[in-house]
Amino acid sequence: MDVRTASTEELEELVRRARWLVVSTVAASGAGHIGGPLSQMDLLLALYFNHLRIDPGEPLWDDRDRFVLSKGHTAIGLYTALALRGYFDEAELATFDHGNSRLQGHPDMRLLPGVDSSTGSLGQGLSVGVGMALGARMQGRNFHTWVLLGDGELEEGMVWEAAFAAHRFGLDNLTAIVDRNRLQQYGWPPTSDSHFDRRDPWDGKDVPSIFRGFGWRVIEIDGHDHQQIDRALGTATAARASTGQPTVIVAETVKGKGISFTEGTYKWHNGIATPEQLATARVELGIKDTVEALR
Amino acid sequence: MIAQRQVWGETLLELGATDERIVVVDGDLANSTKADLFAAKYPDRFVEVGIAEQNMVGIAFGLSTLGYRPWLSTFGVFLTHRALDSVRMLVSQTRAPVRLAGAYGGLLNGSSGKTHQDIEDLTIMRAMPSMTVLAPADEYEMRAAVRWAAEYDGPVYLRIARDPVSPVFDAGTVWTDWSPRMLRDGDDLTIVSTGVQTTRCAEAAELLAARGVHARLVHVPMLKPLDSGHLVDLLGTSRVFTVEEHTKIGGLGGLVSEIVAECPTRPTVTRLGLADGWSESGPDSFLLDKYGLSAARIADQITQRMLER
Repeated sequence: MDVRTASTEELEELVRRARWLVVSTVAASGAGHIGGPLSQMDLLLALYFNHLRIDPGEPLWDDRDRFVLSKGHTAIGLYTALALRGYFDEAELATFDHGNSRLQGHPDMRLLPGVDSSTGSLGQGLSVGVGMALGARMQGRNFHTWVLLGDGELEEGMVWEAAFAAHRFGLDNLTAIVDRNRLQQYGWPPTSDSHFDRRDPWDGKDVPSIFRGFGWRVIEIDGHDHQQIDRALGTATAARASTGQPTVIVAETVKGKGISFTEGTYKWHNGIATPEQLATARVELGIKDTVEALR
Repeated sequence: MIAQRQVWGETLLELGATDERIVVVDGDLANSTKADLFAAKYPDRFVEVGIAEQNMVGIAFGLSTLGYRPWLSTFGVFLTHRALDSVRMLVSQTRAPVRLAGAYGGLLNGSSGKTHQDIEDLTIMRAMPSMTVLAPADEYEMRAAVRWAAEYDGPVYLRIARDPVSPVFDAGTVWTDWSPRMLRDGDDLTIVSTGVQTTRCAEAAELLAARGVHARLVHVPMLKPLDSGHLVDLLGTSRVFTVEEHTKIGGLGGLVSEIVAECPTRPTVTRLGLADGWSESGPDSFLLDKYGLSAARIADQITQRMLER
């Protein structure tokens, strides 16, 4: 078990590298999601490098913190984080979405140690997290459970069944993070004042207030600002066994973050970058020709 | 006569004393399913989720990742329909040791009517890879099934009847496996049944015998996995009737037909069960009679079909 291994500068460098691995791996495999993995990457790597109490050498360690990627379609983002954190060799990313691969299109816990829950059908992950957090309390264990949700995913009713239950059970050992990138796969036509090319799925609704209404403690941050992320993740775990309230971090993010042509467009929910686009992405992400191993 | 749901609740209560892995996850129906027996004795291992069946499945799965062996307590219809997507991804695809206790299975649910009658559960659960599907005949087989499932390290769907039935097994019966069981021999035809319908089929076989028709009766307590070779061996006669308190589409009748279709000595299979339509509210006796599942109606239908040959 080790935490606190990366400085802000190191994290930012890791995130750039991870974004490159996402876009290049998806291009090589010929299928995969882009926008969501890129928007969540700052949050994911901050968690995996500086906050989760985990041991990549012992992925099934009983007292590890649990992480559930409820938005399972962004699996390549999780795989990238796991590879960079040392769960498996980065070269294995090339098998993503291929036959006979441990890196399935959606995460499969039975194939890949380090994946705490299979996910894919949206809306189920928070319930799984409630079960894990509740079980931890029943067993007197001190680990923390984290669930990463998409904002489009919040349209699923099951999320709110779980939100209701998490508060009723007083699960202060559970933190949800909402990757609030304001775009989904297709969504609705934009309004005249839309910031992006499709309407924000929660346009006219107040996501933090809805969680507050369900009895959750809410932290709102910029999901690309590592100081804010670090503080929020720390605050969430500091509440364990004290507040009797689950915490949600609503993280404002940009879908497709980090690459000019993928940012803020629903069209890059998934997609295959052309060689020219890959070249652009590489330059923008500052990836050198010979990439030194970061881990 | 003790109702299967009562037996389920009592058996969990017994097992809970020594098996700390057992937790019960309820959907606000514990006093119907009889999980309230467990709740009263082991409140720390009873999780009341409320009226949210998908969430129940997700929570139970999450608990299972920590070594628990959760039992879900609600009406079967909600597990096999409303929560099916969660069952599919979180239980079937992960092979998690979550037990789906489908209470009030079949047609007889205390006059609640078609909204709550789970008459497609066997079809649906049978289609789920890695799922074990159990439909015990009476209170004694139910007790054994709960005890077996408690030890099994994988997903289980257990069909539980609401109302008591006359047992077909003896109190002291000890089972060593869950393959199809021949309850009565006969050389004119074979009745294959499952769940509590088997008790009514046993009565039907008596009625047929009084008419000089000798029916063999085979009970299928576990529809999946199934030793199909053993079932074929037990069929024995050239005429086979499947009978189920369930739609005729894809359940026991579907299962037997699939097996027989690949069998070189192919008996004729007639499926008795619910036609492709919805039922209604009503007392058990009314429903069994109207929908052809009472002992008398089964005997009559079989007699009629045998004469048509």
